[in-house]
Amino acid sequence: MRKYVFSWVCAVAVAAAAVGCATPPTDVEVSRRAAAVLKDSFKANGQAGLDRLDQDETQRLCTQYANKPLPKDVAEMIEKLNLASIKWPADGKWQGDWKNGERIAQEGRGKQFSDDPKGPVGGNCYACHQLAPQEVSYGTIGPSLYRFGKLRGDNDETRKYAYGKIWNADAYSACSNMPRFGHSQILSEQQIRDLVALLTDPASPVNQ
Amino acid sequence: MPVMTRRAAIAAAIAIIGAAATVTYAQSSAVDEIAKYRAALQDGNPAELWEARGEVMWTSPRGPKNVSFATCDLGLGPGVVNGAYAQLPKYFADADRVMDLETRLVHCMVTQQGYTQADATKNPFGGPGVKSDVEALVAYVTAQSRGVMMNVALDHPKEKEAFALGERMFVFRGGSHDFSCATCHAEDGKRIRLQDLPNLMTVAGAQKAYTTWPAYRVSQGELRTFQWRLYDCFRQQRFPELIFTSDASIALTMYLARNANGAAFDAPAIKR
Repeated sequence: MRKYVFSWVCAVAVAAAAVGCATPPTDVEVSRRAAAVLKDSFKANGQAGLDRLDQDETQRLCTQYANKPLPKDVAEMIEKLNLASIKWPADGKWQGDWKNGERIAQEGRGKQFSDDPKGPVGGNCYACHQLAPQEVSYGTIGPSLYRFGKLRGDNDETRKYAYGKIWNADAYSACSNMPRFGHSQILSEQQIRDLVALLTDPASPVNQ
Repeated sequence: MPVMTRRAAIAAAIAIIGAAATVTYAQSSAVDEIAKYRAALQDGNPAELWEARGEVMWTSPRGPKNVSFATCDLGLGPGVVNGAYAQLPKYFADADRVMDLETRLVHCMVTQQGYTQADATKNPFGGPGVKSDVEALVAYVTAQSRGVMMNVALDHPKEKEAFALGERMFVFRGGSHDFSCATCHAEDGKRIRLQDLPNLMTVAGAQKAYTTWPAYRVSQGELRTFQWRLYDCFRQQRFPELIFTSDASIALTMYLARNANGAAFDAPAIKR
């Protein structure tokens, strides 16, 4: 039996103990404690190991500021950190095949402990975004991307932005709800190129 | 509604949804049809089968010690089930721990009925060919709180601690996708695909969601508990596997149950 005795009441931190039990634990202490209890409450299953609970700097800061306004300097720091991590395509080609992109946008599997580690792995874009108008089963957590290319222009600047945003959304909007698909090795460079095509290719249904 | 009629209604609703999905202007009508489908489901709830099985289990002698749950205290005294679920999770001095219903049931099975911890937690969730005793017991016990106002206390320091930890875990980002509970459940009127998402950070959202679990899931043919709800959310969050009755599962349950205070409990429910 995993028995974790909650014991912070008086002893979560030396500082709190020093001034007595009446002092509520600080924000940072609650975060630290929550992370420790989480670590004890999960077990590795298939491809989802316990290392999934090890937060990187971005995850840690976004958790810490989740219930309050994100300070400007912290937001800038997170964006800078994540922008630096983007691996741009060596050949400067941003755009792949929109038909593959549509399949990747539809595919919801990948990285769950219930998924085959050999794949497929998709972006599941329709879970949160409207894209091609033919697909009426789309979510609304993210903005509609219908006519993305048409509205933003069929040019390298648009394609580069789309590529970077899919690779690492936190580079453009700190603590975005969107996964960092390239940075976190969810999608390959070619898959991201194909999604860029789905968004920007004038022939893509997204831009009809 | 007789089973065959209900199946026909479901098939018709699915056919309508399928047909609607082929044309672009049909989204609102698809949403309407899903709402009709959900309403049709309310007519007969197979959760009653789990409740009946759970009632027999609650009242019959069980386990190596051949003891019933008549001595199991869910917080309102030995054997008392009426209204008990509406006050859980809570701190239990005999275990020196905050416990939700599932954890308390396991506690009684181990300390009173003589099961090993491993046996008591062997099948937390049912599936093809697997029956879960805990799911049946949960169905029975929760049904005895139907219509009772949620009234979860934060009196004991460990109850306060569990709430504070659950509140923080709700926004904890991790995994390959940076997801937290709040990624999907912190704004009104959002959905994944066509599935509406409750905003669990509001009282109204927490009340509506929490008071309708456990639920019979039509798509799975199973009665699902709140422990299962958390387990499966974390699976989709790309986290590792949430351990049944772990402290994180209890803390998150405490956070959501407490936020549901003041609403009438209304489960076992039926969901798509």
